[in-house]
Amino acid sequence: MTDATAARPTPSLLAQDNRTRHRNRAEVRFRAFGMAAMGTGVLALAVLLASVVSNGLGAFRQTFITFPVVLSQERLDPDGHRDPAAMARVTTFGYAPLIGRAFADHVAALGIETGLGPRAMAAMLSEEAPGQLRTAVLANPQLVGETITLDVLASGRIDGYFKGRVTLESAERDRNVSPEQLRLAETLAQAGVLTTRFNQNFITAPDASGQRPEAAGLGVAILGSFYMMLVVLVLTLPIGVAASIYLEEFAPKNRFTDLIEVNISNLAAVPSIVFGILGLAIFINFAGLPQSAPIVGGLVLTLMTLPTIIIATRASLRAVPPSIRSAALGLGASRMQSVFHHVLPLAAPGILTGTIIGLAQALGETAPLLLVGMVAFVREYPAPLPAGLFDPASALPVQVYNWTQRSDPAFVERASGAIIVLLVVLIFMNALAVLLRRRFERRW
Amino acid sequence: MNDLQVTDPTVQTRALKISARQVDVFYGDTHAIRKVDVDIADKTVTAFIGPSGCGKSTFLRCLNRMNDTIDTARVAGKIRLDGEDIYDPRVDPVQLRARVGIVFQKPNPFPKSIYDNVAYGPRIHGLARDKAALGGIVEKSLRRAALWDEVKDRLGAPGTSLSGGQQQRLCIARAVATSPEVLLMDEPCSALDPIATAQVEELIDELRRRYSVVIVTHSMQQAARVSQNTAVFHLGELVEFGETGQIFTNPNDPRTENYITGRIG
Repeated sequence: MTDATAARPTPSLLAQDNRTRHRNRAEVRFRAFGMAAMGTGVLALAVLLASVVSNGLGAFRQTFITFPVVLSQERLDPDGHRDPAAMARVTTFGYAPLIGRAFADHVAALGIETGLGPRAMAAMLSEEAPGQLRTAVLANPQLVGETITLDVLASGRIDGYFKGRVTLESAERDRNVSPEQLRLAETLAQAGVLTTRFNQNFITAPDASGQRPEAAGLGVAILGSFYMMLVVLVLTLPIGVAASIYLEEFAPKNRFTDLIEVNISNLAAVPSIVFGILGLAIFINFAGLPQSAPIVGGLVLTLMTLPTIIIATRASLRAVPPSIRSAALGLGASRMQSVFHHVLPLAAPGILTGTIIGLAQALGETAPLLLVGMVAFVREYPAPLPAGLFDPASALPVQVYNWTQRSDPAFVERASGAIIVLLVVLIFMNALAVLLRRRFERRW
Repeated sequence: MNDLQVTDPTVQTRALKISARQVDVFYGDTHAIRKVDVDIADKTVTAFIGPSGCGKSTFLRCLNRMNDTIDTARVAGKIRLDGEDIYDPRVDPVQLRARVGIVFQKPNPFPKSIYDNVAYGPRIHGLARDKAALGGIVEKSLRRAALWDEVKDRLGAPGTSLSGGQQQRLCIARAVATSPEVLLMDEPCSALDPIATAQVEELIDELRRRYSVVIVTHSMQQAARVSQNTAVFHLGELVEFGETGQIFTNPNDPRTENYITGRIG
């Protein structure tokens, strides 16, 4: 100790010196920044969820109108043989007047004065109704001649009225709906003919055209997304894990492997639409696979997901302590035995998490699918596996994109509803990832 | 201090197990080991001592080719096990390591049950015909490692749940279970308390009856206590090699004397 330091008076611990005060202030500032950043994030998330949920919940409820219909034989089966082939000659145009008249009769029977013509009355029902009735009759020809109670969707505008999207004022300016129709709907609701309830068709039904938002559902999109996820899982997991194990545990460290490593990292950052162009060129134009098929969408998403999975897998392999490898090698295990008996089981939770996160990312991907034709309007469900992989299908995020493009405001609600379905699936997948990690994580 | 050597005068007559001649080791451009000659006798404990970074662990890891796992490491010279060159291109290091086992500085049990830890070696080498035989090997190995009485009731418990000293004895049991001819120990007691150290040292003396044991240690007392032969390393060179009693009481090289008396290292 020199004299200079010894001469300084001993500072009191009870008072902060300037340096300490300065440091403490910096810490308080930093914490405030952190909390502000977190608050912004939470707020943004809350706004997003609130807007999606408030817009989309309506899609899960739908307005139905219930009334009896006489399935007259002379209209639906003029020959009277109940021969499905002959009955199929009657198109939906044969069914529509039947339903329209039955509805008008039922309203009249209830003693409600409408002042609406038959056309205007029929317009309150979904254009989907004749088709649905025809399918039901063709499936069960014995129904002809009976009187059945029909439960048909109300048209999108009527439905919108009960969800607050359409008002009497907006109906004045709307060619598709009149205030009289809305007033009638109100009366029918009081009479119990018109009800709003849970609509499972939103989950199971296929998409519908722009004029029938009330009938549009996610069935084909969910099935298509599911098929694609199967393709992605079956391809990326073995390819990604094998590539990672080879690169991490076996490959010599030289310029070539360095180059591969850099390129894998770069691929993970390539815009996803580029993979779509690649898929279009290779899988459709060169390999001749069908357009709009889950197999092609799945292959494109596989290409996109592989780098993510390889990076996650390599990270979790690297996180296994080298002492475990040494222990196995020291006992006379071969490199492959040390990897498969010891390293891989320890890395498995990380690999699983990486895979599920990669899948979740692929599930939400839209851009590359647009290029391989998944954007098509598909009403037919794809066949069961494996043939269904080659049938046209849609995908959940693409369905959202599709619906936001349509003019009828009812589709805004549908799109938000589809986003809710997508988010629920993603939350479920991420929860699964967390659960698996907890379950299989081992300490060393 | 040198009681062991006094009571065991037959040390020099033991058969030669490993002979190393003119061994050089390079890590990239670093010359880690220079021209080392060491003879390791069968059924003896040979200690490697020397200051930190002198290359004794590196040399130990050459004896079962664990250095192969380090990409930049290169070994030159001849190391013979029972007269066969272990660096011959025809030698599969996996086969070599089954005969020359190793215990590391830090206990590194597999995150599996105690039973599976010990049974792993016999399983991959096909040493047991059936479950009963495997159980027998596990029990014998744990007994040899003086761990049996402590763990016999919880063989299904994870090896990582044991205390540090128990873990190290588990690693020794694991190494012993494959019936190696040579057991390499890289500072096996550096992470252990004095009681566990004493147990491991007792164990090493016990193991000497069946195996040739090579131990790297920082503790000169330990070298004196457990070994019959001692090699002194300094800056990658072998300073002196001989009978432990002679090294500690009457060293030929001034550097050995300096190290033992605490002036270097």
